[in-house]
Amino acid sequence: MSDIQLWTLIFAIITFSVYIYIAYASRVSDTAGFYIAGGGIPAPANGAAIAADWMSAASFISLAGIVGLSYNGYAGGVFLMGWTGGYVLLALLLAPYLRKFGKYTLPDFVGDRYSETARLVAVLAAIVVSFVYVAGQMAGVGLVFTRFLNVNTTTGVIIGMTIVFFYAVLGGMKGITWTQVAQYSVLIIAYLIPAVAVSAKVTGIPLPQIGFGRILEELNGLQADFGLAEYSGAFTQISMPNMILITAALMFGTAGLPHVIVRFYTAKSVRAARYSALWAIFFIAILYTTAPSVAAFTKLQIIKDLTATSLADVPGWFNTWSDVGLITTAGGGPVSDLGTSTFSYSDVAINNDIIVLASPEIGGLPAPIVGLVAAGALAAALSTASGLLLVISSSVANDVYYKRINPAATEAKQLLVGRCAMAAAIVVAGYLGINPPGFVAQVVALAFGLAAASFFPILVLGIFWKKATAAGAAAGMITGLTVTMAYMIWTIDIYGNSAGIWNIPETGFGTIGMLINFAVTIAVSQFTKKPSPQMQELVEEIRYPGRTKLVAAHQDGEV
Amino acid sequence: MDDQQRQEYWRKNLRLLAVLLSIWALVSFGAGIILVEPLNKIEIGGFPLGFWFSQQGSIITFVALIAYYVWRMDKLDDEYGVDELDSASGNTTGHPSSPAGGGH
Repeated sequence: MSDIQLWTLIFAIITFSVYIYIAYASRVSDTAGFYIAGGGIPAPANGAAIAADWMSAASFISLAGIVGLSYNGYAGGVFLMGWTGGYVLLALLLAPYLRKFGKYTLPDFVGDRYSETARLVAVLAAIVVSFVYVAGQMAGVGLVFTRFLNVNTTTGVIIGMTIVFFYAVLGGMKGITWTQVAQYSVLIIAYLIPAVAVSAKVTGIPLPQIGFGRILEELNGLQADFGLAEYSGAFTQISMPNMILITAALMFGTAGLPHVIVRFYTAKSVRAARYSALWAIFFIAILYTTAPSVAAFTKLQIIKDLTATSLADVPGWFNTWSDVGLITTAGGGPVSDLGTSTFSYSDVAINNDIIVLASPEIGGLPAPIVGLVAAGALAAALSTASGLLLVISSSVANDVYYKRINPAATEAKQLLVGRCAMAAAIVVAGYLGINPPGFVAQVVALAFGLAAASFFPILVLGIFWKKATAAGAAAGMITGLTVTMAYMIWTIDIYGNSAGIWNIPETGFGTIGMLINFAVTIAVSQFTKKPSPQMQELVEEIRYPGRTKLVAAHQDGEV
Repeated sequence: MDDQQRQEYWRKNLRLLAVLLSIWALVSFGAGIILVEPLNKIEIGGFPLGFWFSQQGSIITFVALIAYYVWRMDKLDDEYGVDELDSASGNTTGHPSSPAGGGH
């Protein structure tokens, strides 16, 4: 066993033990604890949990690589701005009001505010989005295990599933939330240590967000030597209109994702919901401002290491990652094809995922730090997976079983159904992680567009416009979802592979779908039955914090 | 809080939202995308300014916007007597800490 494997194993065992201990300490016995942690999580902890829930294997492992390698710097800004800007919308337009409204799930709000039909559409959308997303997380867990510990993917996924099973089934939202607080701590430390070390080493400035500026000129120069577009140059990869559309789709999609929205129900009060959003964006911003600097530093080092070199002279990291097939020739063949010839950066293709996982090695940092980064990647994947599984389980147990099938179910019965649904979801997610359908990676990116086109408009209108009607919302949701999905199927490579309309990429079309949803909901609401006076009054009530009779009665299920 | 106060509270809230969301759009879509080319001619600390806005500045602004919103809403709640400060430790307002007790 190599040093790196040994340290990875040590960190994995320590962190997993902590997660299991926390789960045991915070096990729950009622549905409120299981679904929303009893609505009693303090704001900083809730913020850290939201951040861990939000930052998935994709943020931790792939984001820096996407920005630095496949989007060549500037264009990667769509992800940086898109995946953070949505929190401004959430904090200002949704979180406080949804918290005041109460209840357990996103479909709960849709169902109560609009109609049962709308609830079912929302349940379906929430489950589809969450499953697509969770399969990616399980695959991420498998990936880290294979690359760092040399076990096969199946074993890796099963270990991950067992851990999640333990704390999610036992502790529900309460166990998940407190575990996520621990997972956030692990992942952010693992992300910052190599970033700070590399920035200090290269520029003498230990703050990567500042040090990053010192190397841009050199990086632009080196890229020019290879005939690549400037790293900081605008619109070299994506046109201005498409930058706007993609960024907007990711922002509005973020604000419409069920597993993010449900977190605001776990806050203690409306005020705590606002503070949770603030802590969440703060914790997320720490990673999201570091990621572009990791991207730039690592790319600079990679280009320097791979200038007029040959297989006999390449640094160790090159061999580590070409052995597992993540570095290939530019044509996609094994690097051994290069033979004894001299080659450079542009002659090889480097997978996005390497940037973060290999950054400690590329920056020449010791083995314990590599192990820590692996543990951080596992924390990121597991925390997101557990949050998504809770959405699936609560949608099935609360929105379908309790609300539709057996409204007379006792507390204990509901909890049992919730736990069974969770267990089943974990098994399905694990299966999808071991046998990922080829389209998962593409569909995950599209989940944002679908969330933007289906949920965001009807949530905002439901809160800010008392006269938004049930028929309007159902029509808006269905039109937005159908149009967006149709466009996606028509344009993504594996299906239609069409250029689409005006070259709008499938990832940016969610913005158009959202505008259509807004228009349809508003238009249909004009001439359909207005919400009951009581509902209009309830919508009015949620605008003001504090306890009000009507809202309390509604939360108790009497309205 | 009477009806007139409620309307006032809500109007002030909406005005705050309008201002903050305008800044949100100006920084991300404005400085980070639409105006990126002219801004890139200015350089600060090695960063072309437009590039900095898209990779750092907009994210920092988002944090600041939410921080200001939270602070301002606290003051507004206080002014109109709907603050929940007393509920931070107790359970006197809003959502009951155990809705299960309410027969959800």
